[in-house]
Amino acid sequence: MIPTQFDYVRADSVKQAIELLQDSNGEAKIIAGGHSLLPIMKFRITEPGKLVDISRIAELKGVKIEDDRVIVGAMTTHYEVANDPIVKQNIPVLAEAASQIGDIQIRNRGTIGGNIAHGDPVADLPAPALALDAELIIEGEDGMEAMSVDGFTLGPLITLLPENSIVTAVSFEIPPSHAKSTYLKFFHHATGYPVVGVAAVTGVNEDGVIDYARVGITGVGEVSYRARAVEEALVGQKVSEEVIQAASELATTDGEMGSDLFASEQYRENLSKVYTARALKSVLL
Amino acid sequence: MTKNIGARIKRKEDPKLLTGNGYFADDIQLPGMLYAAILRSPHAHAIIKSINIEKALEAPGVVKIYTGKDLEGKIGRIPSSWLVPDSNLKEAPQYPLAIDRARYVGDGIALVIGEGRYAVRDVLDLIEVEYEPLPVSVKQKDAMAENAPLVHDDIENNIAFHWKAGEVEDKDIDEAEVVLRASFNVQRVAPSPIETRSAIGEYNPGSGELKLWCSSQNPHIHRMVLSEVLNISESKLQVVVADMGGGFGGKIGVYPDEALVGYAARDLKRPVKWIEERNEHFSASNHGRDEVIDVELAGTKDGKLTALRVVNTANMGAYLSTMGPGVSTIDFGLMITGAYDIPKASCETFGVYTNTTPTDAYRGAGKPESTYQIERAISLFAKKIGMDPIEIRRKNFAKKEAFPYTNAQGLVYDSGDYEKPLNKALEMIDYKKLREEQEAKRKEGRLVGIGISTYVELCGFGPSAVAGAIGFQGGVWENSTVRVHPSGKVNVYTGTSPHGQGHGTTFSQIVSDKLGVPMEDIDFVFNDTRAISMGWGTYGSRSVAVGGGAVSIAADRLVDKAKKIAAHELEVSVEDIDLADGIFQVKGVPGQQRTFKEIAKSANFAWNLPEDIEPSLETQAFFDPSNFVYPFGTHIVVVEVDKDTGEIDLQRYLAVDDVGRVINPLTSEGQVHGGIAQGVGQALWEGIRYSETGQLQSGSFMDYAMPKARFFPRIETAFTETLSPVNPLGAKGIGETGTTASIPAVMNAVVDALEPYGVTDMEMPLTPEKVWQVIQKGRETN
Repeated sequence: MIPTQFDYVRADSVKQAIELLQDSNGEAKIIAGGHSLLPIMKFRITEPGKLVDISRIAELKGVKIEDDRVIVGAMTTHYEVANDPIVKQNIPVLAEAASQIGDIQIRNRGTIGGNIAHGDPVADLPAPALALDAELIIEGEDGMEAMSVDGFTLGPLITLLPENSIVTAVSFEIPPSHAKSTYLKFFHHATGYPVVGVAAVTGVNEDGVIDYARVGITGVGEVSYRARAVEEALVGQKVSEEVIQAASELATTDGEMGSDLFASEQYRENLSKVYTARALKSVLL
Repeated sequence: MTKNIGARIKRKEDPKLLTGNGYFADDIQLPGMLYAAILRSPHAHAIIKSINIEKALEAPGVVKIYTGKDLEGKIGRIPSSWLVPDSNLKEAPQYPLAIDRARYVGDGIALVIGEGRYAVRDVLDLIEVEYEPLPVSVKQKDAMAENAPLVHDDIENNIAFHWKAGEVEDKDIDEAEVVLRASFNVQRVAPSPIETRSAIGEYNPGSGELKLWCSSQNPHIHRMVLSEVLNISESKLQVVVADMGGGFGGKIGVYPDEALVGYAARDLKRPVKWIEERNEHFSASNHGRDEVIDVELAGTKDGKLTALRVVNTANMGAYLSTMGPGVSTIDFGLMITGAYDIPKASCETFGVYTNTTPTDAYRGAGKPESTYQIERAISLFAKKIGMDPIEIRRKNFAKKEAFPYTNAQGLVYDSGDYEKPLNKALEMIDYKKLREEQEAKRKEGRLVGIGISTYVELCGFGPSAVAGAIGFQGGVWENSTVRVHPSGKVNVYTGTSPHGQGHGTTFSQIVSDKLGVPMEDIDFVFNDTRAISMGWGTYGSRSVAVGGGAVSIAADRLVDKAKKIAAHELEVSVEDIDLADGIFQVKGVPGQQRTFKEIAKSANFAWNLPEDIEPSLETQAFFDPSNFVYPFGTHIVVVEVDKDTGEIDLQRYLAVDDVGRVINPLTSEGQVHGGIAQGVGQALWEGIRYSETGQLQSGSFMDYAMPKARFFPRIETAFTETLSPVNPLGAKGIGETGTTASIPAVMNAVVDALEPYGVTDMEMPLTPEKVWQVIQKGRETN
């Protein structure tokens, strides 16, 4: 499978990458690991005239803690995210999700920035990103800005990313120390993408009352979403199977289910509820 | 001497492949090489009103564009090679490019030759074709209906052939105590080898010779057929296969594409290379299966089966492929009774043209389908009369004493002892305990199922007289030459050609044991029609049973000759010479000996040979076995179905196979694992889907789900050995057993798991949503 012809430039810095984008009159696309972009180029779904490769920009790699948030450089690979000690200690749900992306080859090449910035509705990482109140650090023509991951994706491959700008890092909130988390995924048989992926981060206080709940759901529709109705049904309640069951029934309230040859809307709705319940049970019970 | 035969020996081929030193078709670069791309029909059925190549010709790098009309009379039609007799077979002509009508999505429309692979791909978008879409026939039963759109105007009801074997009268069914009626759909799948198809042509204008590298499981069949299609002497056509990443039946066929590349290379007098794209593979490479099988199984209340009547309606696609017609008839129809002594059996097969990609042999070719219907039917029959599925099988097995056993349709099974692997499997898995556990879990509301398949299949095609009788346009014997160089190192030439099976290792084990030379001193030559005079290829699990027979006999002949030379030099009679570990030893006289290397030199230098011995140390054998071989076994599967999601968890998979002599347990296990993965793939994940208008809906790996390691438990394997009397090794085929056995085993397990909901059958693949829907429905009815 062969894409249309394109030029390829490797950028050495974020500044240069932005300039290259500016010079291309909308023809250029950023390429990082390429594992989302190249397949759709080969299908000729997208035909960029130029690719600006940012995968070797050193400043975009690595994980650090700043102002009580974990900052992950956009070019950090899934493998690196899954195995990073800071990530594992502070936001383990991100490592858990990253370790389930694709296969070894994909995890070695694919990057966290690419995964989220691409706006693919069936990517894994939006689920933990939503559950960790993630913000995208974006650098563009007018400098730097932070943008919440919640609402960033408008539709399949359509995002709020401003023209000629680049996601340089993703910043995650560190949940309270008593919180527990998990990422539970139903693998698509063909692609390995989530048909549903649920990231749940919850905390229970000394009285057995849920005092913290964040649930991100991906895979089921055109956009990943934060299941606020589920969170609200949990917080303030004493942990019980009934509470979890009732909350999980609200898993689809904040999102819209899609439908395709593999799974109908009705089935995805069921999967969302079942996987939400299972994820919550595993962290709460 | 069996030092290596039966030993777990690692594949000799692997270091090369694992270190990236394989040499595949796409690695071939020739000076001045051009590239080919093929424009394919986006319509399932359409009149080609016009083709405008003007714009395309102006594109950079274009050298030549051919349409179907350009090639009329220049390239012959692509024939089917299995013309099943007594079936009123109507072979519609298939030309290398469609001339006035496209008959399936993927049908070739134009061939672009140019400088560079990317360039020719872009040119495809510049060719303007005016189509007039026509009504389509997609499903085989619909296509046979009155007034169904005709794929070929002169072929009535789209019926390509109608075949029948065996006799069952209405009363055999109607008057039986119990009759199980079922309709099974063995869905269409894509072979999907990891390496797609390819062809590279190189023409020598001086000698008039054409060298064609192509992805083929049978280079000599390609040579034979293409020499006719391209009107070139077989003596001037060389077909070579580079390292090849799998075939699974999809590379048996002679396709239009290879003919096009060969023609263009000769026409343009420059090398031409074509590598199939992956999405192209889904529409342009033959598919497998696609059979609707209606079964009537009659028997007594206590489980004795008395008659089996089967009608198979097989979707042949738009044209008859190389082996296509034989799959649903001979391969399927003569094996419908499986391992069971059912006194009466008949099979009627309709081969039907549709506006879909042609179907051909695919791992197992007809046997997985026949095994599927009988193994599913017998389990359903057992359920119907309240009998354990094991008990009904035992009761109806062809008995050990009956071998060679003749089935109801006259096929003679070479050897068998069906109780043996069954007993071993039951013991290994502790069947009784397993059923108890299932019962206990059911009480907890869990959906656990146990599936069994006690299969037998036919493979190792031979003898050639039978091939002739069943309409196969060729022989099925095999050929091998053993050549010993002056240094004592050995080359072995074989007509069967590997593409992942490990012939080099398995055959080395045979030759090493015979000659007493180390494995590493033996190198194999195959996959080149110039190096090997003839061979019939690798399919139908025939390489060890038939090809191995030829290797074994050629090595025996070589030993005979070498012994004569040794006896001459040592001045004793041949009977006094023993060959052990590469030493020719005079019996009882220590020190009186010659090494294999010494004799190799003597034979090749020929300074002092016995009078009746010709120089050199090289022997050849052509082996035509006296019968097919019939491997068998028992597979047991345990699944648990997730009630809430319909997901199927494959918890245990046990395979006990009897493939006669096991040459290499390690590679044999690998074959079993791969075969099972492919069969489970069909049961659970894989499926080619067409829309009502014949559009291919599963045209990439985004939709077409291949088996993945993460979905499998550790596969448990074991062998029993019941030797075959029909070849020198006593070996049977193994490549297809796993696929044949596993499809019904998995289905039986899932249906067993869903028994609480009254489920008796489901359509494959068993996607979680389908299972979930069935559970939802079952919940409502309960």
